[in-house]
Amino acid sequence: MNDAAAALAEQGGDPGLVPRPFEVVGTRRELDDVVTLELAPLDGQALTFLPGQFTMLYLPGIGEIPISISGDPARPERLVQTIRSVGAVSEACCALQPGARIGVRGPYGRGWPLEAALGRHLIVLAGGLGLAPTRPIVTWALENRSKLAGLHLLYGARTPDAVLYPTQLLGWAGAEAANVMVTVDRHSDQWSGRVGVVSDLVPELPFDPALGTAMVCGPEVMMRFSLQALEGWGMAPAQMYVSMERNMKCGIGWCGHCQLGPHLLCRDGPVLAAPQVSDLIGVWEL
Amino acid sequence: MSDAGKIIAAAGLEQLVRLLRARGFEVWAAREQAEALSLQPIESAEDLPRGRIEAAEAGKVRLVASGRDAYFDHTLPMQGLKRLVSPPEERLFACGEDLVPHETPPAATPKAVIGARPCDLVALDTLTQVFQDGPQEDRRYRARREALFLVAVNCARPAATCFCSSMDTGPRAEAGYDLALTELYEPEAHGFLVEAGSAAGGELLEALEGEPASAADRQRALAVSEAAAAAMARAMPSDVEGLLKRAYEHPHWEAVAERCLACANCTMVCPTCFCGTVEDRSSLDGATAERWRRWDSCFTLDFSYIHGGAVRKETASRYRQWMTHKLAHWHDQFGRSGCVGCGRCIGWCPVGIDITAEAQALADALPAAKEA
Amino acid sequence: MEIKGLAEVLAAQPLFAGLSTETMSFLESCAKNEVFEAGVFLFKAGGQADRFFLLREGDVALELQIPGRARLTVQSVHPGHVVGASWMLPPYSWRFDARALTAVRATSIDATCLRRKCDDNPALGYEVFKRFLPILADRLQAARVQLVDLYAPPGEIGRAG
Repeated sequence: MNDAAAALAEQGGDPGLVPRPFEVVGTRRELDDVVTLELAPLDGQALTFLPGQFTMLYLPGIGEIPISISGDPARPERLVQTIRSVGAVSEACCALQPGARIGVRGPYGRGWPLEAALGRHLIVLAGGLGLAPTRPIVTWALENRSKLAGLHLLYGARTPDAVLYPTQLLGWAGAEAANVMVTVDRHSDQWSGRVGVVSDLVPELPFDPALGTAMVCGPEVMMRFSLQALEGWGMAPAQMYVSMERNMKCGIGWCGHCQLGPHLLCRDGPVLAAPQVSDLIGVWEL
Repeated sequence: MSDAGKIIAAAGLEQLVRLLRARGFEVWAAREQAEALSLQPIESAEDLPRGRIEAAEAGKVRLVASGRDAYFDHTLPMQGLKRLVSPPEERLFACGEDLVPHETPPAATPKAVIGARPCDLVALDTLTQVFQDGPQEDRRYRARREALFLVAVNCARPAATCFCSSMDTGPRAEAGYDLALTELYEPEAHGFLVEAGSAAGGELLEALEGEPASAADRQRALAVSEAAAAAMARAMPSDVEGLLKRAYEHPHWEAVAERCLACANCTMVCPTCFCGTVEDRSSLDGATAERWRRWDSCFTLDFSYIHGGAVRKETASRYRQWMTHKLAHWHDQFGRSGCVGCGRCIGWCPVGIDITAEAQALADALPAAKEA
Repeated sequence: MEIKGLAEVLAAQPLFAGLSTETMSFLESCAKNEVFEAGVFLFKAGGQADRFFLLREGDVALELQIPGRARLTVQSVHPGHVVGASWMLPPYSWRFDARALTAVRATSIDATCLRRKCDDNPALGYEVFKRFLPILADRLQAARVQLVDLYAPPGEIGRAG
């Protein structure tokens, strides 16, 4: 345990806005602008998490960003985070090499309600980088497959080159345990798979919509169309969950940045049931 | 602890200041500064803006002579109690490249506030709920909150911008104080009814020179609050929560945005606006970095930044965010309104936007909620 | 593969659910089963749109030929879905190429015959149009969503598409 954490523990306090130091123990370039970091805590205390939770990653002098956890919840001793380089902090995170240090706070937020899917068909509907926060669901589901009626991963990417975790997707597709459908918005050579939007895959699911629970993650507009497609297919909105995104800054309900209407997303979300957002999604600049 | 309270002479205020200082408190109160009131440390009761009252209206706050030598005819300093528990900026920790954080302990000098108003006490409780009752407790906040001694003053003469009656937060303090004063300004006697609201307050009350208050004294004090409530000119429309939730995309937001400068004044003077941000300051050689926390405002463009850009680009959506959060979504998030009716945002708005008038405009423009 | 009668195949199509027995037997008279090997075109852009396909097995790509570039798939179509809508509107010519990506089994409906029947019987025509309109609307929506380029890196938003 580091000095500050030890001092805080003595005071019976919590770390609040103070990060814990971690070390980069592995990096993997996923896409041109996407890197996965594997991190180990210097204090040896594993960062246990629920699928759907996020952390705040901190680099001194640069800043802090929220990143969802994309590792295996059953193996928390390594913190796995997939990061797209879009700003100063994420760009610096993507450039980290093994041995480098990074500050971590969390995990924060409410994760996916996995218990809601027990005994049912679990549908994971992901778009683009939305596969990163949903990968722990798939990992969990494969480890708990006997408790589910079925596991269906519907994934949409911009182009064949932008498909995240392709090796893992192929592995899952090859297994009997999961029904994997991947589609791309824009075709290119060497792609013999589906071309079209991910929400169009919904009507092809081979079971009664009343038996399914859907977990949807991707850009907000993609989630909006996906919820519509699921409802059009016959699923009740109460069985659909989304992971919403706003400016997560403190992660603990103190800073007010992540509001989406009535929700403080870091505290009440990021995962919410569809009926909680149906009146909010699509409201101008909310 | 004398439950019934005491009557002290007007000059007894000086003894109160002395007793608080003797107990190690830095004493704070509203002081006159550039024809306005500012919450600042005081040395003596002489520093209080005696005989002064605010001439307040939308877009304007100015101190003028009240026409008598009462101590508390004025109401609110521009700042609420917020800065005493959640400072505008503070250093959280410093660290080097090893990323081992060295935390800066919170400065929590014991402070006593004389003249905390009922609305501000409710605001303080509102902030405490955010920082102490959330997913994690803010120890810095708690340390500063616990170091506060609050001497409330029940309002006698509301400013024209006040609307606490309609928010049920005043003009008489119900809780959240150590001592509560009601100024009894009468031709034959000028003094205060002093009541204790905590053990610490009770101990201080014992030490104050005065006479036990009678039922009649307490009646006189209640009459002061009733008169103040009756004098209040502004009010928030009822069911403003439901109203705003039906108005997300109403064109009226654009009408407000034509006047709003997005200057963030309203959020800075608001006693419950708690939004903050954290930023890095690094040494010139880059070897060490400091994390600083400071107030932020939902009126800034950066506030809603997510990768790729800000969600709330227009002033209309930022004003809507502030007002709906304050009056509607606060109920969902914390089970109460985020507005205490202090009216600071009305007076300190450079263009005079009046939150009660904007709520009324929406109420007039929207059909009433359908009966369920 | 189990060989099913045409009537049985048509009756199982959600597209035709609720149509009268008389209409169904008419459709059967205009229908035939077709088989395409992988790589073969079901139709080519510019050709006469004289039928449409109910895809039963295999995948079909709707493609555009762009000189100097490889074939571009604008959408892939999968079992249970309809291939071809140009038969509905003049000048009744295909707008895209449809190529079998895998071995394909499909039931085709003779559009000339169906169009004539619809002209003679506007009530039937309305029924058929009501059933095809959602297909067209879905494809329009999908095209618009693709156009939005949802997954573009933030830096490219506003520049792309």
